[in-house]
Order: sequence, then structure tokens, then C-alpha cells
Amino acid sequence: MKSWITPRNAFVAALLAILVLLPVYAALTGNTFMMTLFTRIVILAIAAVSLNLIMGFGGMVSFGHAAYLGIGGYVVGILAKEGINAGLVQWPLALLLSGLFALAVGALSLRTRGVYFIMITLAFAQVVYYIANGLDRYGGDDGLTIQRRSEFGGLVNLSNRTAFYYLCLAFLLATVYLVWRIVNSRFGLVIQGARSNERRMRAIGFPTFRYKLVCFVIAGVLCGLSGVLLANHTNFISPALMHWTRSGDLIVMAVLGGMGTVFGPVIGAVALLVLEETLPHVIGLASYLVTGKEVAAAKEYWQLILGPMLLLIVLYARGGIDGLMAGTRRG
Amino acid sequence: MNKIVKRCLLAGCAVAAFAAVVAAPTVAQQKTIKIGFVSTFSGPVAAIGNDMRNSFELALDHHGRKIGGLPVEVIYEDDQIKPEVGVQKTQKLIESDKVDFLVGYIWSNVMLASLKPIVDSKTFTVITNAGASQLSGELCSPYVFSTSWNNDQTPQAIGLYMNQKNVKKVFLIGPNYAAGKDMLEGVAATFKGEIIGRELTAWPNQLDFSAELSKARAAKPDAIFAFYPGGAGIQFITQYAQSGLKGQIPLYTAFTIDSLSLPRLKDLAIGIPGAQHWVRDLPNDANKKYVADFRAKHKNDPSFYGSQTYDAVPLLDSAVKAVKGDLSNKDGMRRAAEKADFKSVRGNFKFGPNHMPIQNFYLQDTVKEGEEYRLKTVATITENDQDKHWQKCKMPN
Amino acid sequence: MLYLIEQCLNGIQLGMLLFLLAAGLTLIFGIMDLVNLAHGSLYMLGAYFAATFITLTDSFLAGLGLGLVATLVAGMFMEVIAIRPLYGRDHLDHVLGTFGLLIFFNELVRLIWGPEGRTISLPPEMLTAVQVVPGIYYPLYRLIIILATLSVAALLYILVMRTRVGMLIRAGASNREMVGALGVNIKLLYTLVFGLGAALAGFAGMMQAPISFVQIGMGENILILAFVVIIIGGIGSIRGAFVAAVIVGLIDTMGRAFLPDAVRLFLSYSAGSSLGPALSSMLIYALMAGVLIFRPEGLFPAVGK
Repeated sequence: MKSWITPRNAFVAALLAILVLLPVYAALTGNTFMMTLFTRIVILAIAAVSLNLIMGFGGMVSFGHAAYLGIGGYVVGILAKEGINAGLVQWPLALLLSGLFALAVGALSLRTRGVYFIMITLAFAQVVYYIANGLDRYGGDDGLTIQRRSEFGGLVNLSNRTAFYYLCLAFLLATVYLVWRIVNSRFGLVIQGARSNERRMRAIGFPTFRYKLVCFVIAGVLCGLSGVLLANHTNFISPALMHWTRSGDLIVMAVLGGMGTVFGPVIGAVALLVLEETLPHVIGLASYLVTGKEVAAAKEYWQLILGPMLLLIVLYARGGIDGLMAGTRRG
Repeated sequence: MNKIVKRCLLAGCAVAAFAAVVAAPTVAQQKTIKIGFVSTFSGPVAAIGNDMRNSFELALDHHGRKIGGLPVEVIYEDDQIKPEVGVQKTQKLIESDKVDFLVGYIWSNVMLASLKPIVDSKTFTVITNAGASQLSGELCSPYVFSTSWNNDQTPQAIGLYMNQKNVKKVFLIGPNYAAGKDMLEGVAATFKGEIIGRELTAWPNQLDFSAELSKARAAKPDAIFAFYPGGAGIQFITQYAQSGLKGQIPLYTAFTIDSLSLPRLKDLAIGIPGAQHWVRDLPNDANKKYVADFRAKHKNDPSFYGSQTYDAVPLLDSAVKAVKGDLSNKDGMRRAAEKADFKSVRGNFKFGPNHMPIQNFYLQDTVKEGEEYRLKTVATITENDQDKHWQKCKMPN
Repeated sequence: MLYLIEQCLNGIQLGMLLFLLAAGLTLIFGIMDLVNLAHGSLYMLGAYFAATFITLTDSFLAGLGLGLVATLVAGMFMEVIAIRPLYGRDHLDHVLGTFGLLIFFNELVRLIWGPEGRTISLPPEMLTAVQVVPGIYYPLYRLIIILATLSVAALLYILVMRTRVGMLIRAGASNREMVGALGVNIKLLYTLVFGLGAALAGFAGMMQAPISFVQIGMGENILILAFVVIIIGGIGSIRGAFVAAVIVGLIDTMGRAFLPDAVRLFLSYSAGSSLGPALSSMLIYALMAGVLIFRPEGLFPAVGK
């Protein structure tokens, strides 16, 4: 039994502590934008964790995962527009539809391999993207403002920032726990076995197609949940929710944090979105140190650093940030 | 595995994470007015955003960089023509920068998406272009003012003009977003002849209009009406000329030819009429000063986008003066702003009960003055025109 | 009828553009087994280079020529610096690494050329329509695009099927180790192929620029369509890319031309405007999904794979 106190676990614990204590910090400083940012991070982390379940453990690289964000979001938005605000109607329906869509996509896509799988999942996501574009009544291209967040009677008030944040965080932790349980179950071992050698798994009697399909559906439902939360968070939905670059972002989060570990994508989501907010300031600071005065224009070009960083991570740090800390994965 | 690269990446992430956690909120300096300015500074319509910024800066210069006697700090944000980006930038300005006023918004869809955080936070806002019908009607709000127009007013004017020109059959083309739909409705509201085709194209990505122009040609109308702002307008008119339609079917426009597109369109713009609530040669003193100083600084005419944005500064100035710099007195500022007690560059200007301007609409045409192509007022089409949505507005007192 | 022919020409013109982009993509994919999301960046670079050189030289043709050379060089440079280490990795690494490059190029362009974008004006003599068949006037510049692309396609065919380099390319596609073992400089071959793909993408970008707009991210949406084209056509097959590009171009244009009216028969006018174009885009992706389900290797699978 190895020691539990490793740099990596310490980091995870610190990150969790930050996430839990954030509302306190925000309340003390009055910085509400911090809450907005971290609610977003936590929600997208759920999506990244769900993607990692099929991509990191199952080897199914879905390039259309943002479609479930869209389905979850649009169910909430459309029902709200039609005057149905009850969360107990909206949420289960959103999860059901996400699951059904994942079932259909999975059943058709899982027959293909490699780059064809990447492309066919993209194709299905694009179909949903264009359906949303065509929904004239619900804003089409322009998107739709959600006037009222989902309502749960007296149970929880989603319009309360802190309550909503903790709800999202609870969902994230539940998702991480669920994925952890799945991965370490017999079911999860079959999925991982199928990733390394599908033919062998079939030969010893596992119907891998069905296992993978169930896994694909679970990931879709979890990502649909993320979409439900995201729509409630931004009070706005539009097809951009499922643009293919958004699917790319989710892959980036999973890989950046570390695929193949349950908590990695959470680190990835925090890292990517925090980088998005802070890299401009870091660049500004650097330009100050170099030139002696802050070059405002330099701040705008933060992605100039992000892009090559991704490439470097792919080339030299396959385990992502998590792998860097664990120090055990191949590089 | 390269150890150094590994360490660097790790260190980079650690620094970034640390920076995020300690980044303290900016403490609002007392007695400085913070204005958040949301517009588009990238892509095919960046010229519009820059023109708005230039006019806003010029107006601030004309007011000694002060509004109601208080120094001003402006934070410019780029919405990239995307509603979801616009709403995020709006939220950031309200929550993180804690701005006192919001100004700008070119696009109806971006503005509609951003309206909820604006209304929820009661941020005093001057919209200087986007004229979605919903804003004049059911979504009107006590602290939201517009210095522009309702989307359908300008095309209503051009519809009247087409009646005068005895057009019997017209083909309408516009982009498929909130404003495009409003514009085509506007023409339909006043045009007395037959509308034999309506096309809406994907916005803002579709700039190739071949399929739509072919369709218009096949329908054999007496005239085509188009609404394409910014770079899209340049493309539309160029492709209209390229397809050989220019000699065959006349084109009428709204918000498609402006002083920003003229230097590129040149001769192509001549003979294509448009309606506008402001043209650079309107004969009033405020306008003369604005246009002359703008030309001295930027070597070309300001656009109507700029003129509306210029007006936001005297409007805010009159409101802040009325409450003697007490920015928490939002109702006081609102009452003062409703009086429209300032010199607009379009001369005649007052607000309807929905905080939308009541104003004239003119016919404009392109003329060549020496080497320069400029816009010129030809006639007044409608006087003191009020949008037709104001009765749907239930403005709280 | 005349109207139908005109719309067909529009569809073919779009198809030609897609082919230019897809040809490079499919070559790179087929030979180096590399998924390159940054291919759209080369399309964008081509347009920016052409816009710059046209302004500098004040000549449309000279600008295009110089722009083409510049994109070729930029492509080879990119291959040596960033793409080479990605060969042999799995596809997820390609997607992620080249996604990083895409982000990088968008910002690089913003740094160099600013956020506003550029327009390319056509020479006045190209601003006319010509009568292709009696009764049908078609913009001259669009005809030029069609003809130029057809010549490029023919040249490409001759290059790949009739020359020694082409033989190596084909050999490399079917068995890379064997070609290397025979003493061919595989690294150089790869760099050349990547450069060729870059130049084709750049050419597409600069041809489209005058009827569109030179802007950051202009390659992103069309790149996805180009991927659809090579999947439908069969990865590695230039012939497949050509056929699929024309099919996709026609579906997209015909959909835009006819579907809105079809939808309006059943639904409201404005529903037709939104749903029609959306349906035609959907049709393209549905076609791709269908092809993948029934012919997983595409319509024209490259031989030897």
C-alpha cells in the first residue's frame, strides 16, 4: 500500500479545498465575477469528466461531445420558453433525451474505428447543431434568453449564486465518484480491456459492443446534466453551445488535465479556464518586466501561448498535468 | 521525456493558478465614471466598432474627457458578433469591472442576449445601434435608452420611397438574425406592391450570395431590397455588380452603404439609394462640429454608427449633471435622460415613452466630390417618425 | 431550367473550392496518416498573404503568385517545426496538437495583420458576367475559379499518376517502410507533400477571398466541410475527393436554393428561412454518416490501404 500523501494527492486536496472555499472568498471580497467564473468551470468540468469516461478509459474519441451540452441546454431553454419551469420536468427530460441521443449515435458510430469514429461523432453533433440553428421559434442562430431558471419549489433556489455553485460542485463530485466507481468495477475493467485489445475481450466472451454502448450512453447523460446546469448558469442558450470547437475544448480539458485518471479532467477544466482568465494578466506582467511598462496590447495575445502549450503537452506530457505530478506516466 | 519541459509546464500552471486565486478585485476609484463599451472590433465588421469608438472618444474630447464634471474611464470589449460572447463580456463588465454605464451594442441578437444581465443588475445603458423590435416593445426597461432607431423604421422609409418610384414587385434579401427579420418586416409594412421573394442568409458567416442572387434574377422583380451591414454590405454590392444585375434590376438598401464602405465600393455605390436617419451633411451646428473634427482627425467622414454613439456622451452628460454626480440616483438620471435635453447631431430628437428616439428619416445618395465618394441627403422621407411597437411597452413609472 | 443550370454552376464553384482544400487534406491524411485541423489555417494564411502582396505589388496576379509561394514555404516550415514530431502518434494526439496550432495561427495572424481583416478587390475587368449558354449570365470571376481549379486538378492528376515524385507519393501511401528501405528520403518527401497540400489550401483561400472576406478563423467552418468531403470520398483518394467535393457543393447550394421554399409549403415563411439552410447543412452530415455506416472506407477507398 503506497502512501496517500503524494504531491499529486496534496494538489488534488488543495484544489478541492479551493473549490469548496471559493464562495467564502468571493463573499469576503465582494468579487461576484469569481463566482460566475468558477461556476462555469465546475459545470464544464462535469462535461470533461464524462468525456474522459469514454475517451480516456474506453478509447472512444468523441469529437461531438458538445452536442449533449446543447441537448441538455435546449431542453431547459425550450421548456422555459413554453412556460414549464419545473426542474423536476426539465431535468429528467433533458437527461433522458441526452441518453437517447447517445444511444442512437453510439449504436451507429461504435461500428467504426479510429479517425472514422472521430468524424462520425462530429457529424452527428453537427446535425444537432444545425437543428438548433433551424429552430426559428427558439431563436435560431440568435439563441434564446432563459428568463427564469429551473424551479424546485422550496427545495433549492437556483437564482442564489452560492446555492447554485454548491449544487454544481455537488454534482461534479458525484460525477467524479460515479465515474470512479464505474472505472473500478467489473464493467469498467471490460471497457478498459476493450480499449487495449478488443478482439481478446470478445474472444473471452464479453459482448464489448454492448459494454461500450452502455458506457457511451452514461457519458452522454452526464454531459447532458452539464448542459442543463450551463443553461441555468448563463440564462442563455445558442447553437454556439455545441459548435465543434467547443467539443475540441472539452477534449483539450480532458487531455490537459490527464486522461485515464478520474480527477484529471477536473484539473484540466480548472487549468484551461483559469489560464484563459489569467494568461492575459501574466503576459501583461511579463511585458511590464521586459519593457518597463505594461503593454496593454500584449494581453490580447494570450492564445499565442496556449496553442503551442497544447502541442508541447501532446508531445512531451501525455499524462497531462495530473501525469506530470504523478510522475509515473510515460512521457 | 524532457524533464525541463515537464518542469516548465508544471511551473507555468502553478503560477497561473496562483495568479487566479490572488487576483484581487479591482477597487473602484471614487468619483471616476466607469463606462463599459461593447462593440465589435474583429472580423468583417470591425470597421463599425472602430468608427463607434472613434466617435465616442471624440465626443469625450469635446466634453473635456468628463461626463457631468466627473473624469471618465472607458473599457472597450469585443463581442466578436457572437451573442454568447456579448453576454459574457456584459456580465464581466457588470460584475468584475463594476461599470456605472454600458454603451454600444451593434447587433440586435447580441443586445437581446445581453439584456437580461443588464436589466437584472439595473445597469444604466445607452444602446447606440442595435434596434430590436422587442426592445421598443415588451422588453423595454427603465434604465435602458437607445440613441439609434427601431430596426424596421429605416426600411419602412425605403418602402415608402419605392412606392414613390412606382416599384410594383420587389425581392427582399437580408441576413438571418434578429435585425434582418425586422428589416424585411419593415419594408413589408409600408411597401404597397407585391413582395415576390424573401431570402434570409446565414449570419455572419455567409458572405457568398450566389444562390440568392441567382434566385432574385429568376424571380424577375422590378427592384431588389437588401440589408447587409459592414463588410457583408461590400460583398453584397460587389457580387450584385459582378453578376451583371446592376444594369438590369435596381437595388434599394438600408444600412448597407455607409461612409465606411464607400472607399471600397467607389463607383459601385453610385445610383443605389438608401434611407438613413442621419447623413453627414445635416445642417445643424452640433453636426458640423462633429463631422469637421472627425474628418480632421481620421481623414474620412464618420458613419451613422459613429453619429449615434457620439450622441450617447451628451445624453449621459445631461443625466449625470441632473443628479449632480450622484450615480446611485438612477431614477433621477432616468428622468433627466427622458427629456433628451442635449444637442443631437441629427438635430430634431426626442424620446418616446419606450426610450426610443422619435426622428426624421432621409433619402441618401452617393456623390463623387473630387476623388472622394461621399453620402448626401437628397430628401426627407418621413418626419418625426415613431416606431410602431411603443404601445407594447409597459414602462414602469 | 435556366435557373437550375445557374444554381448548378454555383454548386460546382463551391465544390471546386472544397476540392482544393480537400485534395491537400486527403494527401496528407493518406500518406502521413495525419489528421490536420490546422489545414484551415493554411487556407487563411494563403488569403492573408495574397491580400498583402496584392497591396504591395498593386497587381492581382502577381499578388496571387507571391502568396502561393509564401504559403508553400510557410507550410513546409510548419511541417518541419511542429508536424514532424506528430507522425506515428495516435489520432487523438493529432487532433489535439493541430487544434493547438489552429489557435496559435489565429492569434499569430491577429498579431501580424490586426483583428480587422482584409478585403481583396477584383480588378474591374473581372467584375462582369458572361453569357455561358444563351440566357444564362454567370459572373466571370466564378468561372475563372472553376476553370483554374479544374486545371489544378488535372495537374495534380498528372503529378501523382505520371511523374516519379507521384510514384513515390503513391508508394509512400501504400507502404511507407518499404519506400524508406529503398533509400528514398521519406522526411523530404513528407515535407514536400505537406507543402503541396499547404499551397493548395492557400490557393483555395485566396481564390475565395474576393467573394468573401479575409478574416481570422475563416478556415474553420470550411475545414470541417473539407473533412466531410475526404471521408465521403475515401481517405487518400484524390479522385474520391473530387467527386465528393462536387456532391457536397451541389447539395449545399441546391439546399439553400430550394429547401427554404419547400419548408414554407408546410411551415411559416420565417421557419423556412431558418430551417431550409439548416436542413441542407444537415443533409451533408447525414450523407457522411450514411456513407460511414454503409461504406466505412468511403466511396473511393484508396487502393493498398
